[in-house]
Amino acid sequence: MMNSDFWRAFARNKGAVLGLAILIAIVVLAAFASVLFPGDPWEMATAPFQPPLSEDAMLGSDMLGRDIASGIAHGARVSLLIGLTSTAAALAIGVTLGALAGFHGGKVDDAIMRFTELFQTIPNFVLAVVLVAIFTPSLTTIVLAIAIVSWPPLARLARAEFLSLRSREFVQAAITTGQSNSTIILRQILPNSLSPIIVSASLMVATAILLESSLSFLGLGDPNAMSWGYMIGAARTVIRQAWWMSVFPGLAIVLTVLALNLVGEGLNDALNPKLARSRG
Amino acid sequence: MTRRLSGFPASIQRGFRRNVHRAAAAGLLAAALAIPGTAALIAAPAMAQETPVRGGVLNSIVQPEPPTLMLGLNQQGPTQTVAGKIYQGLLTYDRKLNPLPSLAESWTVSPDGLTYTFKLFQNVKWHDGKPFSANDVVFSTSKFLMEVHPRARAAFSRCESIKALDDHTVEFKLKEPFPAFIQAFEVSSAPIVPAHIYEGSDYRANPANNTPIGTGPFKLKEWVKGSYIQLVRNEDYYKKDLPYLDGITFRVIPDAASRSLALESGQVQQTQYSDLEPFEVPRMKTLPNVTLTTAGYEFVAPMAWLEINHRVKPLDDKRFRKAIAYAIDRKFIRDKIWFGLGRVPTGPINSVVKFYDPKVTTYEPNLDKAKALLDEMGLKPDGKGVRATVKLMPMPYGETWTRLGEYLKQALGKVGVSVVLESTDAAGWAQRVANWDYEITTNFLYQYGDPALGVARTYISSNIRKGVLFTNTMGYSNPKVDELFDQASRENDPAKRQEQYSEVQRILSDDLPVVWLLEMEFPTFLDKRVKNANTTAIGVNDTYESVWLAK
Repeated sequence: MMNSDFWRAFARNKGAVLGLAILIAIVVLAAFASVLFPGDPWEMATAPFQPPLSEDAMLGSDMLGRDIASGIAHGARVSLLIGLTSTAAALAIGVTLGALAGFHGGKVDDAIMRFTELFQTIPNFVLAVVLVAIFTPSLTTIVLAIAIVSWPPLARLARAEFLSLRSREFVQAAITTGQSNSTIILRQILPNSLSPIIVSASLMVATAILLESSLSFLGLGDPNAMSWGYMIGAARTVIRQAWWMSVFPGLAIVLTVLALNLVGEGLNDALNPKLARSRG
Repeated sequence: MTRRLSGFPASIQRGFRRNVHRAAAAGLLAAALAIPGTAALIAAPAMAQETPVRGGVLNSIVQPEPPTLMLGLNQQGPTQTVAGKIYQGLLTYDRKLNPLPSLAESWTVSPDGLTYTFKLFQNVKWHDGKPFSANDVVFSTSKFLMEVHPRARAAFSRCESIKALDDHTVEFKLKEPFPAFIQAFEVSSAPIVPAHIYEGSDYRANPANNTPIGTGPFKLKEWVKGSYIQLVRNEDYYKKDLPYLDGITFRVIPDAASRSLALESGQVQQTQYSDLEPFEVPRMKTLPNVTLTTAGYEFVAPMAWLEINHRVKPLDDKRFRKAIAYAIDRKFIRDKIWFGLGRVPTGPINSVVKFYDPKVTTYEPNLDKAKALLDEMGLKPDGKGVRATVKLMPMPYGETWTRLGEYLKQALGKVGVSVVLESTDAAGWAQRVANWDYEITTNFLYQYGDPALGVARTYISSNIRKGVLFTNTMGYSNPKVDELFDQASRENDPAKRQEQYSEVQRILSDDLPVVWLLEMEFPTFLDKRVKNANTTAIGVNDTYESVWLAK
């Protein structure tokens, strides 16, 4: 019942359905990358500088003769992997701190919020660059760096939700029945504050993908993993001779980020029925 | 025809007539071009222009901006190109690395190879008007450079005495023969600095470092940091009527695309070293207003290689290093990564350097041989086809080196050597290589015209010095190689020297302490109106006293 309501609300937003379709296509591409393009995306499979629609390179080849299409398919894995894991990590940090601050209030709240502000005053991207540069680029350090720069907004969101829910009657009732703090946080408040967190997490995946692409573009990607940002960064210097090397991975990033944003909006409509009703 | 137009105003008529004349002239020219025999007639006026003319300013690029122009204190590439017009050495060198006069008019070397005597040009003045004399040379080589210039110190510490015989004669007496000594007088190796300014001062803190005083054909007029360095003609230059140019302006252009554009648009008439990225070269080569040359880098003669840490297994086994060499296609590296710039090397010595010998073991790409060597070592492929895993830390000097790292990973993967790429920044790279904290890296070194100056340092075991970059960081040690390099550096007879260097090249190309990848070449683009530029082995770093601009 709840499920079909959700889907109906989601499907009312045509953009969200389109976004979901694109997203599914990208996930399928990532999942079947090894089947569609067997072998290593770094393999110099064909002659360098082959334009698109060449015999053995549908989207052309790069300056060392690597297949652009294969790079995009394998790059989708890296982008999605980093987008999801770093968002998960950011959720873990952000929601935990936000929940504690919002639930306990007072000095705990003050301490946690000052700590959050510390991170918010440092520009995101600069901090990510510094962190990756210090800990040498690899998939793990990139995920951690993105998580570290992305959690503060989640913490603030979780805190606001907890602050308002904390004074509700059902929470008061739980306290009177003697439930422990952790039970109240996990069982009572968290499930009721999830909607806005899910929406903003879905948008965060898109931001994380962009962050990873920007890092790779600057040469701070994992040198052993093919990624879209790396492809653009490596090809930007020859853009006057070979546009296809940067345009196709660029399109891949645009489509993925767009799809995630559309889906995020759809989720917002579906999970926030008041807003959806007022629209409809 | 003009009569029929008489009704039109005079000005229009004149314009029309002029156009008719121009069209007629063009027609004639076209006709002349069509007849091969007349080509010489058309070329004749251009030939007549080959007499140098005075005047004009040459614009070039300096990239990155040098920290100082005091060449004695700083010998980075950009400093050399600019300060090479302000300061002079005693000698410069032709393309075959034979000495040519610069501040020294003539010189003699005693038959025992121990005494070098230089006659200096007369009437040479410093840019501040004070006369230049042999005393300046003695001060520079025995005091100033000994304190601040490691490469000069290595050469001049071999001297027993450095004396001024008179105002225009300097005598260097060596402790033992060192025939490479004659290569040590190039302007960046031993720039002559004014004794009257530096004697008795703290060299590095001397305020005059900001306003360099040299003897060269150009003086520093203005340096606007971040914008340009303007050199003007030295009116008191000791060679009559020289230089031809009124000045040289070096523009600071940090963005690579803007540098290409500056050359394309004619805003600059010269680019050098790494001003243009290799991938730009094929496109710029087709521009009608410029010519490309890769000559003029014979003195630096850079050699790029795969540097291998012999302290790590299995890299200490020469069969493994040979397998690597067989797995790599060096022509691909030259053609696809360096876009055709450079030469495929045969051994440790760059082919433009003295005593180069091509008769050595070479390694053509051959995957079967590579696999056979690995089999012989007992490195069998595992389930995933991996025989060994090594870490490669490409030199962080721009994307050409990054591409090289990616290529090497793929090439070695084909013979079952799995490569993990490590990325690092320039400081981190230097620190890790100097402290032997690496497995494989890419690197290149200048060879400075003579194996004793620029080649031996990489392979002799006495130069295994932890913490010092550009030494024998691999930890390679072969007593025979040590002995041959040592003997050859002291041998006066060129034929015997050749024999010793040939033997050492044979041993090294079999031991393969590093895997040589590329004899690097840099592109120099010159506007077609620039004449007489880039004629020596130091090319764009020379004085440019006889460079002139065609009108």
